[in-house]
Amino acid sequence: MKGTKGFARLQLSNGLTVLVKEAHAAPVSSFWVWYRVGSRNEYTGITGISHWVEHMLFKGTQMFPKGVAEKAIAREGGTFNGMTWYDFTTYFATLPAARIALALSIEADRMANALFDPDEVAAERSVIISERQGAENDPEFLLNEEVMAAAFRVHPYGNDTVGHMCDLETMTRDQLYGHYNTYYAPNNALVVVVGDFEADEMVELIEQHFGSISSRPDQPLVNACEPPQKGERRVVVEDQGNVAYLQVVFRAPTPRESDFFALTALDAALTGASGLTFFGGGLTNKSSRLYNALVETELATDISGSLVPTIDPFVYSLSATVRAGHTVAEVENALEEELARVADGSITPEELAKAIKQTKAQFAYSSESVTGQALWSGFSQVFADYTWSEDYIANLSAITVEDVQRAAQTHLKRSNRTVGWYVPQEA
Amino acid sequence: MSIPGPQDIARHELPNGIVVLVRENHSSPSVVVSGYLPVGAYDERPEKAGLAAFTASAMMRGTANRTFAQIFEELEAVGANVGVGGGTHTTGFGAKSLVEDLPLVLDILADVLRHPVFPRDGVERLRGEILTSLEERAHDTRRMANLTFHELAYPQEHPYARSLSGYTTTVGGISRDDLAEFYAGGYGPQGMVVVVVGAIDTADALAQIEAAFGDWKGTIYERAPLPDAPRISDVRERTISISGKTQSDIVLGYPGPPRTAPDFLEALVCNTILGVFGLMGRLGDNVRDRQGLAYYSFSRVSGGPGPGPWLVSAGVNPANVEPAITSIRAEIRRICEEPVDEEELNDNKAFITGSLPLRLETNHGVARSILNMERYNFGLDYLQRHADLIEQITVEQVQAVAQRWLDPDAYALSIAGPPSA
Repeated sequence: MKGTKGFARLQLSNGLTVLVKEAHAAPVSSFWVWYRVGSRNEYTGITGISHWVEHMLFKGTQMFPKGVAEKAIAREGGTFNGMTWYDFTTYFATLPAARIALALSIEADRMANALFDPDEVAAERSVIISERQGAENDPEFLLNEEVMAAAFRVHPYGNDTVGHMCDLETMTRDQLYGHYNTYYAPNNALVVVVGDFEADEMVELIEQHFGSISSRPDQPLVNACEPPQKGERRVVVEDQGNVAYLQVVFRAPTPRESDFFALTALDAALTGASGLTFFGGGLTNKSSRLYNALVETELATDISGSLVPTIDPFVYSLSATVRAGHTVAEVENALEEELARVADGSITPEELAKAIKQTKAQFAYSSESVTGQALWSGFSQVFADYTWSEDYIANLSAITVEDVQRAAQTHLKRSNRTVGWYVPQEA
Repeated sequence: MSIPGPQDIARHELPNGIVVLVRENHSSPSVVVSGYLPVGAYDERPEKAGLAAFTASAMMRGTANRTFAQIFEELEAVGANVGVGGGTHTTGFGAKSLVEDLPLVLDILADVLRHPVFPRDGVERLRGEILTSLEERAHDTRRMANLTFHELAYPQEHPYARSLSGYTTTVGGISRDDLAEFYAGGYGPQGMVVVVVGAIDTADALAQIEAAFGDWKGTIYERAPLPDAPRISDVRERTISISGKTQSDIVLGYPGPPRTAPDFLEALVCNTILGVFGLMGRLGDNVRDRQGLAYYSFSRVSGGPGPGPWLVSAGVNPANVEPAITSIRAEIRRICEEPVDEEELNDNKAFITGSLPLRLETNHGVARSILNMERYNFGLDYLQRHADLIEQITVEQVQAVAQRWLDPDAYALSIAGPPSA
């Protein structure tokens, strides 16, 4: 069957990296452009700029004035969106396979020709502020923002991608346009396409659309380096609501270090395998250790864990909702007791086998969708290499219970963590 | 790939009333099961609001053959999912696994649907989770705006006026025996539909379903017809104050056409123009894009077996609530009073028909489409006829359907946000 071929990778002369994979199970193709810019490249005064630039790329070019591109995609029955993260900004369209060239035209055009009309920048300011205000309505957003700010005092990972309100109120059109001109260039970008096409023809099409876009001078390096953490950090958020939340984050290795896989296996044992769907939609976690320690004991109503692969060292995060009638302190104590058991070496080979089986199942589920395949490969290429996802199961399978215990002892210790409490204040 | 239809969907009725539908897809080694039982909040009394949803969740807490821990240990050990959820008209269930694990998954699904025991400790644990979620809802502007909208748009005795998950007062008063009794009275095979899509041979799938459910007996509830949900003839507005919030959520809408109404597809096209197409249709253009009033502003026509809502939702700065409502009403007025542009209509039709391959890309998407064809009795060729049905819709029909269901001057409107200064 043709659909089982892997990715081909190549680079155009202007520096654009291209990943192409045929998948013929459905008459659908998904086209993505990834830029190596996100909140990781921001600092105080311009926090949120990458996300705002992403919004401005939907505000028109000469060739595709505002609204024209999304209507053209919709007319063909496609989906079209953008997403900003710490390490990247990405744009994608998934279309009936015969119409995929439309996505190439739009993306090649706006790689260089976005207008940043001042009136549009002004109108978008209130939309972005509204997006932030909507997020602030959520207690868990407020808690996460404070926890991350405490966990990172030097590295920009301490800022949420949406940006701080004062920056959103004051950033200028020229700052936004400057950011775009600095980072939106073929030599700082990656194209990924998966779907129902012939790979040779697709590469030719990409060359036609993107080959003549000029590269730009090298983008500024991110030199920020978070100093080692020396001792536990704690934050308390007291704000509206009537439910309490706990978030505990531990400084974690990058996905290019083998401890990352040990922590992945540990996370699966603690809170269920999140596999490759860190954007959600994973499996239930009701047989996991922390579900049993926190939810089955009726201290919390849910528990989740997240180990996101990133370019620079990030965090392993645990979040729980405190059950009515209980306190954050009770949940934190129970969490700590379970983590101590893990550090003492209580993880079993059966738990590792379960993590691997869960991950394999998730790979199978995600291979149903070209959008999912393109997402995961592009994402991997940003922080490591697209082969990282291909090697994922093998790397996870190599982990032993000793590795997991060592990872727990190294990374999940008290001095490496930031603990956040959300304590609701009744009006 | 062809559009699923009579040529590749097998439909089989078991003697006990279960309808089984199977479609093979061998492109990935996984399989999806999706279905429903004809029992839901429709069948609960108002003073027990939340009973059907509570019962559905509690079925997973233990069976005659397995404890809660065993159910999830067996499922999660193989990376499989099984879930049951109570809706208004039906209780839905679903499962997903590697195809080699389908026998296990069906065994557990049948165990959960047929032999739940509602263990007391598990029920109490679940009650605490539901009550905590209801506490969260009380401080969630989006959920409160939706809840309040339903109370305003439907008569008090209508099931659509009530919350599916219930209220702290009602959930607190539901006993373990209430759950067992509600289950015993209305969970049975008659009217059950189950769809299997994935890397499995049709005969094998049919045999597995028959083995799991073929000898199930049980009664289902008799239902009185739904109460009327009359057209709204005035402005019904309510504001919910939640202190400390930075954004207000607005829901403005009406009881809408059922999925089987003769004008449902016209409503679907009209709604796509109003608040879906491209970046949230005309509402997105006006409220978000031109005026910058909101991060989101979209519309949705829900369909379903009864008059589910046709509504507009928006999240705005508290200072912009009034201008946003004015703009939303202006767009509703425009679509009622002015014929839509022929080109705009064609674009929207092309979007609806053209997006079919994307909706059918995954096993889950195919299963959902097949389930709907069966649920509304459209026939297995419905997806194949769908494009023609959409193509026939005219400018006049779009305006007529807007006038029939929408009204810029008479609507239900809920606003949840910080107290106004």
